[in-house]
Amino acid sequence: MKTLRNLVIFLVLFALAAPAAFAAVRLRLSTTTSTENSGLLKVLLPPFEKRYHCHVDVIAVGTGKALKHGEAGDVDVVLVHARQLEDKFVAEGFGVDRRDVMYNDFIILGPQEDPARITGVATAAEALAGIARHRAPFFSRGDESGTHQKERELWQASGIAPAGTWYVEAGQGMGEVIIMATEKRAYTLADRGTYNAFKKDKTDLVIVFDGEPGLFNPYGVIAVNPRRHPHVNYVLARHFIDYITGPEGQKIIENFKVDGEQIFFIYKDGH
Amino acid sequence: MDFFVVSLQAAFQLLLSLDAEVLTAVWTSLYTSAAAIVLAAGIGVPVGTALGMGRFPGRRAALTFLNTLMALPTVVVGLILYGFFSRQGPLGTWGLLFTPLAMIAGQMVLAIPIVANYTVAAVAGADPRILTTALTLGAGPLRAAWQLLLEVRFGVMAAVVAGFGRVIAEVGVAMMLGGNIRGYTRTMTTAIALETSKGEFAFGLALGLVLMAVALVVNFFLNLLQQR
Repeated sequence: MKTLRNLVIFLVLFALAAPAAFAAVRLRLSTTTSTENSGLLKVLLPPFEKRYHCHVDVIAVGTGKALKHGEAGDVDVVLVHARQLEDKFVAEGFGVDRRDVMYNDFIILGPQEDPARITGVATAAEALAGIARHRAPFFSRGDESGTHQKERELWQASGIAPAGTWYVEAGQGMGEVIIMATEKRAYTLADRGTYNAFKKDKTDLVIVFDGEPGLFNPYGVIAVNPRRHPHVNYVLARHFIDYITGPEGQKIIENFKVDGEQIFFIYKDGH
Repeated sequence: MDFFVVSLQAAFQLLLSLDAEVLTAVWTSLYTSAAAIVLAAGIGVPVGTALGMGRFPGRRAALTFLNTLMALPTVVVGLILYGFFSRQGPLGTWGLLFTPLAMIAGQMVLAIPIVANYTVAAVAGADPRILTTALTLGAGPLRAAWQLLLEVRFGVMAAVVAGFGRVIAEVGVAMMLGGNIRGYTRTMTTAIALETSKGEFAFGLALGLVLMAVALVVNFFLNLLQQR
């Protein structure tokens, strides 16, 4: 029993002492799954962490949830992609210093056979209307993410309120939804970055529509407003914003490739 | 079949190569679960002993309540504590959200009902003469309870092992309260969830096998301890 007691004492002391070992300065970043899952943050963050002697805690969730973390003051800075929600976040006083970081685009994926015959239509809204008309299975993120937000805008533009057994709200991340759509031979809206990471060996869905200005997918970085949440590390958040929108961060983003393909694009002068 | 073969190979490679990221996740899983189960035992064992020994009004209701708590979904525990730990919540100023301490708190809440329930069963199943004998020999109620616990220590150990199994295997609390932060609050289970979301099924399963290997080692040592 003595061993047991010593073990218990050790574990309790350890549980109490362990957090102290992590007492370095931490910057909390809530972001979308696309930036984390693509591997970009793994190369983008270390130089920043080294220069400012800090750890960046990445909490990768959908855009909707990331902004909620910011509203509650649970993080210091957010990196998201849903322009309308971002503007609302800033207008309501939750965030300050919003900056454009990078962009890519959304694409509509579907099975090679293209049962709804949408290849060649003129707009994304028409493509979705075609899917609805054929009642071809469509998988929606259904999770308030940036991609879900964009999908809603597109349905609105098509004048259709999607409903029925063909319209599936998965409530999961981009990767899961691509896998589900692949298994069910369904259409879905995806960001190009995640699709590029999956197309080699995880999905045989093909791009059935892309290249419309309305499918532009810009990423923005916003500091949580220190006036509303005095405890946030605003100074470090500002440094972070300056870093990823500055020459060093932008260069890393531009040079970042998955399987030889660029995933995120930076704004050049006069974009 | 390819899927399982690839997973198995990946699991062995992970174990042999001592991949730093995997080791960190294993370590995070281990120390948060260990701390949580120690704290849960500190509360659950006395509560279970009192409920198992005592005859007092409300005991039945308390037992039913405790049994119901066993069914607490991990995500619900996560949500409740999230409400407390968020900056908007009553304990917000402590800044605990997205730290290992928050995970430990959540896992402790998950484990307490299990530890308490198993302890109740062990204590209630003990020879009733132990208690009366200890009391007639002049022991106070606390001393008598301690004697009883020593007698049923195997059952209590089972309670702790069951609680440990639940907390090291759960993903809801760790994900919600820890945030799955790489190198800080990423546990084995949240890493598996992440790899699955990335479509890396084989790697996810490999991590699952590593987790099972770790659990095997832990249980082996607990077993040794029990036999002493």
